[in-house]
Amino acid sequence: MFAASSEAASAALTSGFFLENAWVIPVIPAVAFALIIFFGRRMPMKGSEFGILSMVASLVFSGGAIMQWIDRVNGAGEEQFIAPIVKTWTWWQSGGMEFGLGQHVDGLTLAVLGVVAFISTLVQIYSVEYLRGDRRYTHFFASLTLFSAGMMNMVVAENMIQLILGWEIMGLCSFMLIGHWWEEGANSRAALKAFFTTRTGDVGLLAGTSILFFAANDWTQKTLGVSGFSIRGLSAWALSGEPSHSAIVWGAAALFIAAIGKSGQFPLHTWLPDAMAGPTPVSSLLHSSTMVVAGVFLVARLYPVFFEGMDILGGSSNFIVIIGGITIVIAAALAFVQTDIKKVLAYSTVSQLGYMMMGLGAGAWLPAVFHIFTHAFFKACLFLGAGSISHSASHHSFEMKKDMGGLRKFMPVTFGTWVISTLALCGVFPFSGFFSKDEIIDNVGHNGYTLFMYVGLGGAFLTAAYMTRATYLTFFGEPRGAAAGEHHDDGHGDAHAAHDDHAHDDHGHHDHHDAHAAHDGHHGDSHGPHESPALITVPLVILATLAIGSGLLNAVPFGHSFENFTKWVEPRVEVISPTGLATVVGGPGASRPAAEEEGDGHSAEEGHHDSPCGKETPKDGVCVAPQLSHAEFKWSKAALSMIIVLLGMVISWVLCVQLYDRKNKALVGLTERNALLGRGYRFLVNKYYLDALYENVIVRGIAHPVSAAAYWVNQNVLDGAVNGAGNITRKVSGWVYRNVDQRVVDGTVNASGEAARGLGGFLRPVQSGKVNQYGALLFGTAAIGALVLVIINT
Amino acid sequence: MLLNQFLVLGAVLFSIGVYGVIARRNAVLVLMSIELILNSVNINLLAFSLRSGTPDGHTFALYVIAVAAAEVGVGLAMVLLMYRNRRSIALDELAEMKG
Repeated sequence: MFAASSEAASAALTSGFFLENAWVIPVIPAVAFALIIFFGRRMPMKGSEFGILSMVASLVFSGGAIMQWIDRVNGAGEEQFIAPIVKTWTWWQSGGMEFGLGQHVDGLTLAVLGVVAFISTLVQIYSVEYLRGDRRYTHFFASLTLFSAGMMNMVVAENMIQLILGWEIMGLCSFMLIGHWWEEGANSRAALKAFFTTRTGDVGLLAGTSILFFAANDWTQKTLGVSGFSIRGLSAWALSGEPSHSAIVWGAAALFIAAIGKSGQFPLHTWLPDAMAGPTPVSSLLHSSTMVVAGVFLVARLYPVFFEGMDILGGSSNFIVIIGGITIVIAAALAFVQTDIKKVLAYSTVSQLGYMMMGLGAGAWLPAVFHIFTHAFFKACLFLGAGSISHSASHHSFEMKKDMGGLRKFMPVTFGTWVISTLALCGVFPFSGFFSKDEIIDNVGHNGYTLFMYVGLGGAFLTAAYMTRATYLTFFGEPRGAAAGEHHDDGHGDAHAAHDDHAHDDHGHHDHHDAHAAHDGHHGDSHGPHESPALITVPLVILATLAIGSGLLNAVPFGHSFENFTKWVEPRVEVISPTGLATVVGGPGASRPAAEEEGDGHSAEEGHHDSPCGKETPKDGVCVAPQLSHAEFKWSKAALSMIIVLLGMVISWVLCVQLYDRKNKALVGLTERNALLGRGYRFLVNKYYLDALYENVIVRGIAHPVSAAAYWVNQNVLDGAVNGAGNITRKVSGWVYRNVDQRVVDGTVNASGEAARGLGGFLRPVQSGKVNQYGALLFGTAAIGALVLVIINT
Repeated sequence: MLLNQFLVLGAVLFSIGVYGVIARRNAVLVLMSIELILNSVNINLLAFSLRSGTPDGHTFALYVIAVAAAEVGVGLAMVLLMYRNRRSIALDELAEMKG
């Protein structure tokens, strides 16, 4: 069609070693996991060196791949489709179906991969200090490494089966890590809760994958020559106008339920705050770049499916945007009543994930992905900061009201990084959160979801307010409790000395968080709060730097030249020929057909690029991403959100000072005096009674009758059957014993014996012992024999 | 016919021998009766051998004489032992083998 012009426009795409071999990135930590498990205990650093080295190697690999991808994008034409680098190998075959393992590398993959490798590296370095001397130190690093491997595998996944593999590895590892100190019942319950809640969502993942496979496989095989599991196949199928309405709606809904479970969206968010039971580095990794981002990543990865299935940009509210909006508000409200610093951060994560989901649901794909990117840095920094406080200042307590306060003087580095990350989280200009969160809010409004734009702004207000409260309680005011150097119990030195022996008794007040964290900086001499050692502060400083700087990757307010993230990550929306998407089956080294651009997305004379993808059925080709538009940045809109955020901070600050410092009579105890406020407070403290609903109504209402019925069936039907069978067997065997064995068999034996004895008795007289008589018998017999012979012969 | 007379002689000797085995109490006499029986068989063998004109019967008779000599040797040894133990060779007193 436009062969000549398209060839002129599309330079050959470059590639490179790291891009072609990006599948190695998850393999490295997976191998390291095996090494830690088998040899970790014998190594000088108890296996942590394997973990850190593998993470650094993965980071180097992903860094190389990102550089090569940037080259690839920069070398391509302005409107050229940039084909992902796809490879598959057959994993296993079953009934004529092939399941592949491979890589699907594009901008989204590399953005998340880089973040995962980077945060994992820092978290592992931090853990060396934080968990020093822990009794399951080696296993901790093994799980942490496998956890990163699972996430990386999910991110590079070429198809849904590989994605599920990574997804489930993460589910398993999160269970192991949250329950790392399983000796305490609350920790193992939290681990089980996280596991079962995410499993509830995982049912949706399996169901959605199956629905989409059976709906799409024929089309993808025919058109693209790939299976209905492959991500590019599903993406192209969703936008082809081919899928039946019900198939794609149900498939997308089922997959979204999985995302709800994994990414802690309402109403399955309850596991996330409980997951704080794990060691702080785990919380940091889990909440910033891995586990919880997996659900958001799933939606972003298969965006065409959700785009069509959920009718995004269809003019009315859809499932994703509603869930995201609800999550933002309810999680932010819950963060106000928490006294545990990590739980504040946990609800903050839930709320920020709500932003990402809302952005995805409202067609703000790129801002949502960019928010994954920026959020990872500042949230990891906040969690590691909380860990630093508990490690060095508050004796393993995370209680803000009881054991913190006034720490800014003692921990300047932690304080500085915390404030930077808090400002980034609140979305204050020019910190990174501003560039991502504001873009989400802006684009949500731009795409017609006005109500949800206001939800987002309200969420920004709440975020600013609860983070100010947490900052005030932690770093300002007078030191309290452990931060003031006081001890809740006698024999404190013993308690620390006994960390490895797992002394529970004198840690009961610590809310069982890091009560067992190994701790060697505190023996006797330095009871007061102090700054953490370099292994902890260096990761904090690095992350804080990124919390400031990472936003500049996509700083929309500064003009088009700053929108690098958009350029590198957002898929070019073009109608392409199916061969442009085709994969090379075989392995590394095989040449990949260059992307061929085709179709009518090539209207150079129009200033604004317009592609039919996502709006109508593409002709003469396929689409792999829907056409989305970006909101025009206006300082007026940004100023509005800035004012809201500052308002939130100021109001919260004033209230905190009045409430916690001045002990203002009008405010202290207000929730006890005012019935309405009191009810609201209890409603929040009880987490909207969702836990009660799940545990008392759903678990008790469904699981208990089920288990009771199962018990009854067990006792009456199964045991009855077993017992009945036993009784029948006993009766039959009794009858057999009496009749067959005793009468027939024994009878036969006895009878033969009797017969032999009778015969013997009958013949006994013959054996008289008299030789003459023997002779007589002999001759008599001979005579008879002779007589018989004579008779016969005559 | 000559053959008949031989056979009659053999039958007579056999009958005498059987009578001796069954009726005599003296062990030596029983042994002698057995000799009679064996020699009556010999007479029969020789008679039939002469009639058929082959040397088979003679050969068998020689074997029978050899076996009879061995039998008498063993038998007399038993009688001797019996006498030593019991001072008697009366067979009707020997009933230890009664079943």
